[in-house]
Formats: sequence, structure tokens, C-alpha cells
Amino acid sequence: MLELRDVTKRVGAITHIKPTSMTLQTGHFNVLLGATGSGKTSLIKLMAGLDPLASGRVILNGEDVTQVRTQGRNISLVHQFFVNYPHMNVFDNIASPLRVAGMSENDVQKRVEETADLLQLRPMLMRRPSELSGGQQQRCALARALAKDSRAVFLDEPLANLDYKLREELREQLPELLAGRGAVVVYATSEPEEALLLGGWTALMEDGHVTQFGPTSEIYHSPESLAAARVFSDPPINTATGIKTGSRISLESGMGWQVANATAELPDGRYTIAVRAYDLSPKRKSDLDVQLTGRVIVTELSGSDSSAHFQMGDNSWVSLASGVHTYRIGQEHMFFMNPSHCLYFGDDGQRVA
Amino acid sequence: MARVTLKNLRHSYMPDPQGPDDFALKGLDVTWRDGGAYALLGPSGCGKSTLLNIISGLLTPSEGAILFDDEDVTQMTPDERHISQVFQFPVVYDTMTVRNNLAFPLKNRGVAPDRIKARVDEIAEMLEVTEMLDVRASNLSPDNKQKISMGRGLVRDDVNVIMFDEPLTVIDPHLKWKLRSKLKELHQRIKLTMIYVTHDQTEALTFADEVVVMQDGEVVQIGTPVELFERPQHTFVGHFIGSPGMNVLPCDAQGSHAIFEGHKVALEGAVTGHGGEVRLGIRPEHVRIGETGLPAQVIKISDVGRHFVVEVQIGESRLKVIVEGTAPTQGETVNVSFIPEKTRVYRNGWIATEVPK
Amino acid sequence: MKTVNNRGWFFVIPVVILVAFNALIPMMTVVNYSVQETFGNNVFFWQGLDWFEQILRSDRFQAALGRQFLFTAIILAIEVPLGIAVALCMPRKGFWVPVCLVLMALPMLIPWNVVGSMWNIFALPKIGMLGYFMNDVLGVNYDMTQNRLAAWITIVVMDVWHWTSLVVLLCYAGLVSIPDAYYQAAKIDGASNWAVFRYIQLPKMKTVLTIAILLRFMDSFNIYTEPFVLTGGGPGNSTTLLSIDLVKIALGQFDLGPAAAMSLIYFAITLLVSWIFYTVMTKDDPS
Repeated sequence: MLELRDVTKRVGAITHIKPTSMTLQTGHFNVLLGATGSGKTSLIKLMAGLDPLASGRVILNGEDVTQVRTQGRNISLVHQFFVNYPHMNVFDNIASPLRVAGMSENDVQKRVEETADLLQLRPMLMRRPSELSGGQQQRCALARALAKDSRAVFLDEPLANLDYKLREELREQLPELLAGRGAVVVYATSEPEEALLLGGWTALMEDGHVTQFGPTSEIYHSPESLAAARVFSDPPINTATGIKTGSRISLESGMGWQVANATAELPDGRYTIAVRAYDLSPKRKSDLDVQLTGRVIVTELSGSDSSAHFQMGDNSWVSLASGVHTYRIGQEHMFFMNPSHCLYFGDDGQRVA
Repeated sequence: MARVTLKNLRHSYMPDPQGPDDFALKGLDVTWRDGGAYALLGPSGCGKSTLLNIISGLLTPSEGAILFDDEDVTQMTPDERHISQVFQFPVVYDTMTVRNNLAFPLKNRGVAPDRIKARVDEIAEMLEVTEMLDVRASNLSPDNKQKISMGRGLVRDDVNVIMFDEPLTVIDPHLKWKLRSKLKELHQRIKLTMIYVTHDQTEALTFADEVVVMQDGEVVQIGTPVELFERPQHTFVGHFIGSPGMNVLPCDAQGSHAIFEGHKVALEGAVTGHGGEVRLGIRPEHVRIGETGLPAQVIKISDVGRHFVVEVQIGESRLKVIVEGTAPTQGETVNVSFIPEKTRVYRNGWIATEVPK
Repeated sequence: MKTVNNRGWFFVIPVVILVAFNALIPMMTVVNYSVQETFGNNVFFWQGLDWFEQILRSDRFQAALGRQFLFTAIILAIEVPLGIAVALCMPRKGFWVPVCLVLMALPMLIPWNVVGSMWNIFALPKIGMLGYFMNDVLGVNYDMTQNRLAAWITIVVMDVWHWTSLVVLLCYAGLVSIPDAYYQAAKIDGASNWAVFRYIQLPKMKTVLTIAILLRFMDSFNIYTEPFVLTGGGPGNSTTLLSIDLVKIALGQFDLGPAAAMSLIYFAITLLVSWIFYTVMTKDDPS
């Protein structure tokens, strides 16, 4: 368990991390999701002790490690760029943290081979990092981090520089590799899809602070703020301003729908309405669906999915639907959505329903 | 604008190549029509960058020819070929302003100043960089640098072909979407021949009208995104395209059926050929969980937002299923069925079922 | 449990001590001399800033300073463009790279006084190859012991021979760090060779070039051994650069006070010019 208590980071007059408190558990991935520059790397460095805290405390497994140097914390870190010792072969690279920890050579041999098997590095143990492909180099870096029994493993966008398919494979393997190790796993990424696939818990980061933290699918389905919804949507979430009068929501473009339950009890007024691209379909799926009309500007067909960017009043929206759908560019098309998929936000950007 | 023809193209980085293994590019015959949007898709080291450099003229092929319309350009310099290229990492001229960066390819070719201004303004507006036109390029963020890099590739309207070498690598996911649709929009508007090289299937499929899938210096399949997704000619294509990729499972073939884990599975058509390694290929999108079908145990469920990816075990085999709506629970025994028209057999990697009449 | 503490300061102490011994303490001695007059026996008289005024007003100092600036200006004007040009011509990859690098590094490996003696013998009329060639083959009157112009040309050529390599190697390091994509982009953008140099190579070399020019400025402004061995400051005073003059005053005439004042002025000028140059060069860098 890794606990942050009001940690902050400042460089000169600039605040990099605003006061942040969170408790990261072992047993599942803790994903930090945010755009470049949102403070993911800064926060990881604070947790790892690579940067000094401006204030606050870091508590690892009940022990206050705020004043403990990185070397003394028994943690691992994998960086976006493949960092290996260039003059050592893969075996020695993986073995290096174990030897530093004073493990006997027999145990080192055993542990390295186990880790190498997990990451399919067995055939290249005797090669130098420079003789490996990018994917293999990163697997070597991962192996080095996984070989020792760290109390915490920090992964800072470890897959960002790898091929798409390889990323997909490792993304699937990583949670399996790290399961049952008893280490706190922190994984930073800028891709919403990656956070979803890794599962576990997700912390959304924006502008140097954590806006929301909880089980990944819960965060995805019920973001607390418009900012959180934006960070956790790929393709970008569609938004529009809607006016609520009585039980009816109407968009500026004139279209509208009836609302029920909690949404109906909101006071009348202006709200920002957001809906994900996946929840807009060119086909009616249920009787509850409402119909929207927009002029199609761009279409993309990816084999399994069809997407359409369409203009609806002043808003440019995207629909992404499974299967092949044909649109005519410049033409008006109908799109359907279930109003229960809509998220409503107040003037302050906080979710109201 | 031009039609691009690659004739029997081969390339080796070695001075005296012996076997096929010495070739980075092992023979390529393709014609790309004028004004099309094409993608070269494959993993690192598949030869796609080599091919790109050959088309742009940065590399002369060992064998074969490149034709723009009917003109052989194999021996021409990049400049003489009238092409433009956008690189993987931002290439900007640091000391120039954004405006001068965008104007550079035009200035070098002696385009009239008012024409340059008009083009630069148009491109800047399209890429939403108008307000930074007078900023020095070295002061920009990586995202914006790449936009400028892209802008320089798009600024000339007299080019034969525009090439993109993994141009969105350094771009944040949100902006990626935006830039990709910008490119698509631009293509739908100006109809220049565009070639897009990437390892990212989503980028390739959404951008291109036709995708060339490459592996180990060879073309595995050329087709529209729908063809590649619906009927992959090779298990590699099936695996590489789609997320998650196609399930490739060991099986035996028998008439127009496959025997998979002791069960008879209907296929799209009759099985062709004999011997070799036989595999069943079925996409996660085309597997159904329902009342009837093969008994399977649910191993893992991931909520990927828009749907669930469910991993099930049937006998010795594991496969992935995409489920919309409600997901089964972990450990539960369910019945899975395959849509017969989308179920195929592959022999030694290549498709071995006949197209249904 | 090891804790984060102020242990870092221990690592700084050796440097502080080193700097104190080899810079601050000698410097204070010089400052001490510069404001006093001594007639030996460790007897000192307070002199105030008289020495400084005397030095600054003296024709001898002004002439030496002028020669010093002229020398530095000439060698910078030759070595920098020449260094860049040579670096541009060097191969970026292949068999010839190490050969070229070693050839370039050779002159820099030779000790200063050896360079001076080498060129002295080389350039002497009758004895030296260069002297013989100029006088007896070309029929030009070339004698650096008699002719001021010949003496100047010889020290300039010697310095260019000795130190252009430094500029070459630094620029070369800057050049090889430019990714291929830049050259490819330039080809595709239809850029001329000049444009490639002006917009890609020169901007990317800027940092190393700043260092090269600074080093060459400081070294050439403080140059002593080579011209001293080559010409001894002659003929007449024509090649008496600032440092040679300083040594003449300090050791030749044993005027410690004026020499100390002069060396402080000398130091201030070097520092000031370096600072101005550095500020100007890095002015428009965002970082």
C-alpha cells in the first residue's frame, strides 16, 4: 500500500503538483491517466523519491519513506524510453538489481531465467541490448524491473514507443505478470483505451492534480466533472449546451428529448450535455432512442467500425459505430442515442446527473 | 497529382545479396490510382519505411522501377519527383518563424509572394496554428512542431504524392483523433495521392481507402479496410488488424466443416488443399454467447468502455469474444457459437476456404 | 535507515578548497601587489590605484592591447569559418571518419613550446624549409626576424595550424548530431545547399560554435608560449602581445606593482569580452 498525504511539488515559483492525497493498493493496477504535461511523470517521481517533495508525506506499506532515498525504498521504475545497460548482455541486465541486493548467484540464475521466460526473452539472454528490437529492449527493461521483489513498481508510459500490436500483447500480459507479487503497481498513460484494458483503479490527472480516483470502469462510466469525462474519452467526448425546461431538454439546434428520474428533478436552466461517440449510432437500437440530425463532414471506416464527424448547429460531433455504415459527405444524416447515456454538467463543470 | 506504379521492386541494403533473406523488400507490384488515400501497414522492420524512402527518392531500389503516371522516376532526386513527406518526429527549421517554415518549400521553388501568403494562411487555418504564425518554431511544443512539420508537407498543391511516415507518433491521443480527421477531411477535399505509413492499424484503416499489409518485406494482402477486416487472406492480417485481433485456433478440416476441440464447426465454404498446419480463424466480433453452441468457461472479462472483451476457454483453446450489453460473470459456463459466414480455415497461414456463392 | 540530508555539501568542499588554492589565494596576492610598491625586503608602501591609472594611460600598454585584439580578431576571423568549412567537408560515416578525426587532433596534441620551436625553425630564412622556399624559390623577401609583416603572418599561420582543429572537431560533433530526417526534409522541400547550411546546420551547430569561439577567444587572448618562442615579441615590439609584455614587466623589470595591476586589467578585459560574447550568443535562446 502506498499512501500520499498532501504531497506537492514546486520548482521555483511554479507548482507542478498541487496538494494530492491518495491511497494506492496492491493487487491491482493503479493507472494515472492524463494528457502530456498533466503531471503524471512528476507524481511518479515524487512517489519514487526521485524528486524532493515541497510538502506532504509518502508512506509505503505503513513506513514513512518521505526522507528515504530512492535507493533505500526497494522499488522499480520503467521509463518510456528503453533504459538498459548497453555494455551488459540481457542476462546481466536483468541480474544487476538482484546482484546489487546481494542475492546468491544460484538464486540470481534461477530468478533471471524465470523472468526471462515470462517475458519471452530466453533466446536472447546472451545478446546485448543494441542487438535487440525496440520491443525486446523494452521487455528487457521490464524484466529488470520485475525480477527483484520490489515493494512498488512504477511504469511510466512503458509501451508508448512500441508497435501497436506489441503494445496490445504486453498490455494484456503485464497485469498477469504483476499479479500476486504484493507490490504496488503504478502505471502512467495518456491513452484512455490503455487504462480501460489494464483495469484496476484509475486516477485522472489534469493540470498537476488528481481529479478523480476509483475503480477504472466506474470512473469511465460516471465521471464527476466535464474535465474528467474529457480526459477519459477516446475519441473526444461530444458536448453541447442544452436547456432544461420541465422534463424536457432541448439543444440549441432545436432537437430535444424527455428526461426522467434524477435528471428530471434538476432545476431548470442551462447544462452542458456530453455523450461518448460510441453512444451515437446511425441505427435505432431501442424505442427509447432519440433522433439527432447533423451534416456529415468527414467519415472514417476502419473495417470493424465506421465513424462520422457531423455538424449539428454550432457543435461538431463524432459518432462511432460497429460495422460498416455508409454516409454521404455534406448530407444530413440521422443519429440515434439513448438519453440515459448522456452526462449532464452544471456551469462549474461538475456533473449533476 | 499522379498515379503511382511500383514495378517488381526489390531492395537490399547489402552490396551483394544472396538469398531472399538478404532483401529488406522482396518484390512488390502495386498500382495506386491518382488521388487515392493509401496506407502501408506492418510491424517494425517489415520494410515499410524502406518502401517509403524508395518512393520519395531518398533511396534507390536494387531492382525494379517506380512510375509516376507513365514517367519513370526511379533515378530522380526527391526534389525532381515533386513529392512531399511528413516525418515521424517533428522536423522544423528552428530559427525561422512558423510562417517562414510553412513558406519554405514554396519559396525554394520561386512561388509568387502573394500566392505563398494565401497558401500559408490557408494551411495555418486548417491546422489551427494561425495565432502562432509569427512565433519562432523552436519555441513550440512537440505537438505544435509536428503540426508545422505536417503543414510544410501539405503546403504545396503541385505535388505528385504526399507521404506520411508515422506522423502521429508524438501526438497526444486527443489531438491524434483531431489531426487524423483533419487529414482525412483534407484528402476528401483536395484529392491528392497520399501514402501513409504506420504500425497502428486504427490510423491506417481510418485514413486509407486501400491498405497494403506488409510482413518481412513482403506484401501479405492489399485491400480496403472492410476487406481486410471481413476476410483476411492470412492469419497475420487477421491478427494484425482488429483490436483484439482474430482468434487463430488449432483445428482439423473436414469437407466444409472444421473440427475444433471435438466439435463440428460450420465454415463459410468448402475447405481447399491438403496437409500443412490447419487453423480456425474467427474474429471476436463474430463469436456469439447465447443459449446454444459450444460449452465454454469464462476466464476473464475486461470492460473496455463501449463493450466487454470476454476471454473463454474451450477444451485446450482460449478465445476472445466481444460482448455488447451485459457481460457474463467470471467462472460461469456459457455457450458460444460462431457466425458460419465469418468462420474460416487457414492452411499454413493462408486462407483455405472457398468464397460462398 | 538512510535519510536524505545535507551530505551533498561534503562533495562540494574539495572543489571549494581547490578553487581557493589555485585561484582565490593567488588572485588575492596579485590584488595585494597591485595596490602597493615594494623595494624588496618585504617592505611595502600603500600606493592606492596609482598603478592602474599609470598602466591604463601608458602608450606601451595600449599598443600591446591593440596588438592583442588585432591578433585575436584575425585568428578568429580565419579559424571559425575555416573550421566550419573543414567540418562540413569531413565524412559523416564510414572508414575515413576515424582517420580524419586523428589527423585533425594531431596538431592539438603537440605542446605549445614545441609548436613554437617547430615553426621557428621551419620559418627561419636559409635554415627552415618555409624560409628557404619563400626566399630562394619564390624570391619573396620573407624574414620574420627582420620584417614585421612576415613575423605577424608567421604567428597567425602557426596559430591557425595549431588550433583550427579545435573548431573543426566541435563543429563536427554538432553536425553529426543532426538527424537524417532534417536533410531528407530539406531535399524534399527543395532547399539549396546554402539553405541547408543556413537553416539546419548553422542553427544546430550554434551551441558548440559558441563554446568553440569562447575557447578560441580566451586561448588566443592569453597566448604566450608560442609567439614567445617563435619571435620573442620582435622584431622590435611588433609581436609583443599583452602576455609577453606582462612577463617583460614582471620578470624582466621586476616591477611587481604595475605588473599586478596590468594582469588584473588583463583579466577583467578577458572576462568582460567573454561575458558580452556569451550573452549576445545566447540572447534569443528560450532555455
